[in-house]
Amino acid sequence: MADEVKLYGFRGSPYGCRVEIALNLKGIEYEFIQEDLSDKSADLIKYNPVHKKIPVLMHNGKPISESLVVVEYIDDVWKGVPILPRDAHEKARARFWAKFIDDKCIPAVFKALGSHGQEQAVAEAQEQLQFLENELKGNKFFGGDNINLVDISATYLAYWLGGAEEAIGIKVLTKDKFPKLTEWCENFVNCQTVKDTLIPREILVAFYKKRFGKA
Amino acid sequence: MGGSEVVLLDFWPSMFGMRVRIALAEKGIEYEYKEQDLGNKSPLLLEMNPIHKKIPVLIHKGKPISESCIIVQYIDETWNDKSPLMPSDPSVRAQARFWADYVDKKVYETSKKIWTLKGEEHENAKKEFIEILKVLEGQIGEKPYFMGESFGYADIALVTFYCWFYTFETLGNFSIEKECPKLIAWAKRCMQRESVSKTLPDSKKIYDFFIEMKTKLGHVDMRHVLKVESFGSFEGDVFLEPCQLVRIRY
Repeated sequence: MADEVKLYGFRGSPYGCRVEIALNLKGIEYEFIQEDLSDKSADLIKYNPVHKKIPVLMHNGKPISESLVVVEYIDDVWKGVPILPRDAHEKARARFWAKFIDDKCIPAVFKALGSHGQEQAVAEAQEQLQFLENELKGNKFFGGDNINLVDISATYLAYWLGGAEEAIGIKVLTKDKFPKLTEWCENFVNCQTVKDTLIPREILVAFYKKRFGKA
Repeated sequence: MGGSEVVLLDFWPSMFGMRVRIALAEKGIEYEYKEQDLGNKSPLLLEMNPIHKKIPVLIHKGKPISESCIIVQYIDETWNDKSPLMPSDPSVRAQARFWADYVDKKVYETSKKIWTLKGEEHENAKKEFIEILKVLEGQIGEKPYFMGESFGYADIALVTFYCWFYTFETLGNFSIEKECPKLIAWAKRCMQRESVSKTLPDSKKIYDFFIEMKTKLGHVDMRHVLKVESFGSFEGDVFLEPCQLVRIRY
C-alpha cells in the first residue's frame, strides 16, 4: 500500500521548510496543505491540539508535530539519504547543535532583529553565531559534504535572516565576521532539496518590511 | 583523567541531571559520579561543555555528551541490549520525543516564574503551571506510563520534577495532588521503580536546598527569622520575599 503523506504548513515558514527539505531528501511524495494561520483549520487543531501550530506531518493518518521531531521521524521511517549520523556520539552532537540553534541562536537573532539592530542585542546574536561559525570547521555543510539535521535546523539562518536584514537595513550575519557561515548560507540555499521549498526573496523581504514596520 | 569509561558531571538537586541518572540506572551502567560546584565551575566541566557550561554532561570513553534528553537518547542507543527507553514504533517514538520536548519547553520555565514573580504575575504563573501539568496528565490518561505499558523516555523527562513539587507547592501555597491526582498517581507509580526512587532526592531535602540557595543569593535575611520549619501545614506561612516562603515560629 502506498504511503499517504500530508504536510500541514504555511508557505514562508522556516519550520515547515525544515520538514519539506527532509521529505525532499528522502524523495517522498506528499500533499502540501496551506494553512491560514489567522483562521486555523479544524484539522490542524485536531492534529496538533497542544500547540495548534504548523508544521504537522500526517503519515497514514497519524499526526506528528514539532519540526525537529518530524525531521527525526522522517529519518526513522524512510531509509535512503541519512539525515542524522549513524554513530551514536555523532548523532548526539547533531542533536546538540540542532537544539542550540533552536534554543539559543534563533532567539538571539530574533531579539537583534526585533530591536532593529540595537548594539547589545546584535553582539549577543553574533556571539551565538560564532559558535556555529567555529563548528563548520572548513566543511561545506554541518553534515560534511552533505546536509544533515544541523543544516536543516539552521534553515532560518540561511535564508530568512538575510531577508529580514535587508528589510530592516541591518546586518547581523556579516561576511567579515562569519565568512564560513556566509558561504554555508549560499551553498545551503542552492541545494536541490532546499531551493524549491523557498519562497521568492521579494515576497520574504516585503513580508519582513511589513512586520518590522519598514514599508 | 582516571580510568572510568563512563563519567557523569552533575549537581545533585538538578532535575536534568536526575534524568541521566535514571537512564544509567535503568541500563545498569556503572559510572563515576562527579558532583559539580556550579558557583565555581571545574576546568573539566568547562572543557566538556564549553558552549553552555552546564550540567549534566556524560563523558563516555573521553567524549562528552550534553543536554539531558540528548544524553538519555545516547544512553539508550549505545547500551541497546536491555531496558529500551524509547518506543520501538517510529510514530510512538515521535510522540515520546514530542512530550519530552513539551516538558523541556514548558515545565521548568513556568515553575521558575512561581518562585521569581510576585502578586498577580505569581498567581498567573501558578495557573499556567497547573494547566501544563493537566495537559501532561491528560496525555498519560488511563495508561500506566506516558506511552503505554512501558516506562521510558517521556516519563524520565517529567518524573524528575516530582521531587521539586513540594517546593513549588510550598512557594505557591497550592496542592498539585489536589489539581492533578492522576499525575501524582503516575509519579508514585514511577517511584516504585528502583531507578527512580534511588535517584530522586527526598522532597524535603530539595526544599531545604532551595531555601539555602535563596538565602545565599540574598533573597531573604535569615537573621530576622527565629526558627524555620520546613515541615508542617500551610497555616501561618509568610512570604518574606516574592520568591520565598518560610514558616516562622516565634
